[in-house]
Amino acid sequence: MGEEVKLHGTWASPFSCRVIWALKLKGIPYEYIEEDLSNKSSQLLQHNPVHKKIPVLVHGGKATCESMIILEYVEEMWPQNPLLPTHPCERADARFWIKFAEEKQGPAMWTVYRTSGEEQEKAVKDTLEMLRAIEAHGLVDKKYFGGDKIGIVDIAFGQIAQWLGVIEDIVGVKLLEAHKFPRLHAWIKNFKEVPIIKENLPDRDEMMVLFKHFREMLLTSSRDS
Amino acid sequence: MAELKLFRTWSSPFALRVVWALNLKGIQYDTIFEDLSNKSSLLLQYNPIYKKVPVLVHNGKPLVESLLILEYIDETWKQTPLLPEDPSERATARFWAKFGDDKVMLSVWNVFIKQGKDQEEAIVTAQENLGFIERQLSGKKFFNGETIGFVDLAFGWLANLLSIWEEICGVTLIDHEKFPMLSEWIQNFAGAPIIKESWPPRDKLITKNQALLEVYTSKEAPK
Repeated sequence: MGEEVKLHGTWASPFSCRVIWALKLKGIPYEYIEEDLSNKSSQLLQHNPVHKKIPVLVHGGKATCESMIILEYVEEMWPQNPLLPTHPCERADARFWIKFAEEKQGPAMWTVYRTSGEEQEKAVKDTLEMLRAIEAHGLVDKKYFGGDKIGIVDIAFGQIAQWLGVIEDIVGVKLLEAHKFPRLHAWIKNFKEVPIIKENLPDRDEMMVLFKHFREMLLTSSRDS
Repeated sequence: MAELKLFRTWSSPFALRVVWALNLKGIQYDTIFEDLSNKSSLLLQYNPIYKKVPVLVHNGKPLVESLLILEYIDETWKQTPLLPEDPSERATARFWAKFGDDKVMLSVWNVFIKQGKDQEEAIVTAQENLGFIERQLSGKKFFNGETIGFVDLAFGWLANLLSIWEEICGVTLIDHEKFPMLSEWIQNFAGAPIIKESWPPRDKLITKNQALLEVYTSKEAPK
């Protein structure tokens, strides 16, 4: 338990942030290594040979990959300030929403960012459908997905609280309108007011510059290919 | 006694994971077979977002998504654990199960629905992914060690569906020379009594998959 914890991440990655939030919420000291994805460190490639991606958590020399799997590991190793409920039924619910964030909401949102034209229009429709599902089923009578305190599902949906807004501004499409998604709108405000989250959100202006630049590169290369 | 119902189809490999998990732990349950072309109102009520099988209903509470159902079963019934105890080993198990569903399954399926150069490329990708799995086995009888566990159940589809697709298409993806450990795992897993007794009838599976492959192959064919 006293072994050192290292996190390989990038400052603007929502996946990286998930792990930072979990570690800070539990008060776990760690060393942070900022990766340059155009020049990945040999340690990163050694620790994550399958996907070669961040985030990677290294604890006592052992590497754990995939942000939500890392969070389950952190939860099991350091049970203080629990992020998952105790009852198996509620844990299953939480894991359902995590999977939904990973397989449905997240990919749809990022496809809006990465594409244009017809492909983007479809992605916009998909994203709205996902947001409607979350609005209708995920936040009924709750301040946070975790109840009165934030939990693992709030962390999983953190992308919606900051990155979605950046994507909306860059592509010029408003997806999360307050009057259509009152629960999600309130949740975003509450989530961003939690001190640990507030202090550990990447700067919005800097993200705008970075993600605008990446999108231009992506669209140029897809036109040329 | 607690009420436990499993909504499934006769052929779904995802539902089979849940059948195996319940049988391995000796848990009694009722089965409801669904016709996916005419889903029951109960299924749609229990799984409104995905509308899929399997769904496990425990005392009226629905659980969906097969690997999540396995985690629930493991946490609720402690005998014959599916996941290891050590958090690092649990993370590893979850990683490989996710890799299986996110990458391996689609890459293998692509081999059998694509043709020509596309198929050649698909074979390279699939074998690369299978190579990672082969190395994970590294001399163990099962991914879980001496007994069947979470990752074995997650890859269960490799132990029957793959040979069916290989037979229909005349393409061998997992040969004994390139994948000795995986080949042996397939034998060990497919032949384990609890697993074996639940395999859907092979001739029915061949007919069904022949039809499926035809549909998907024609979608992939150059227009």
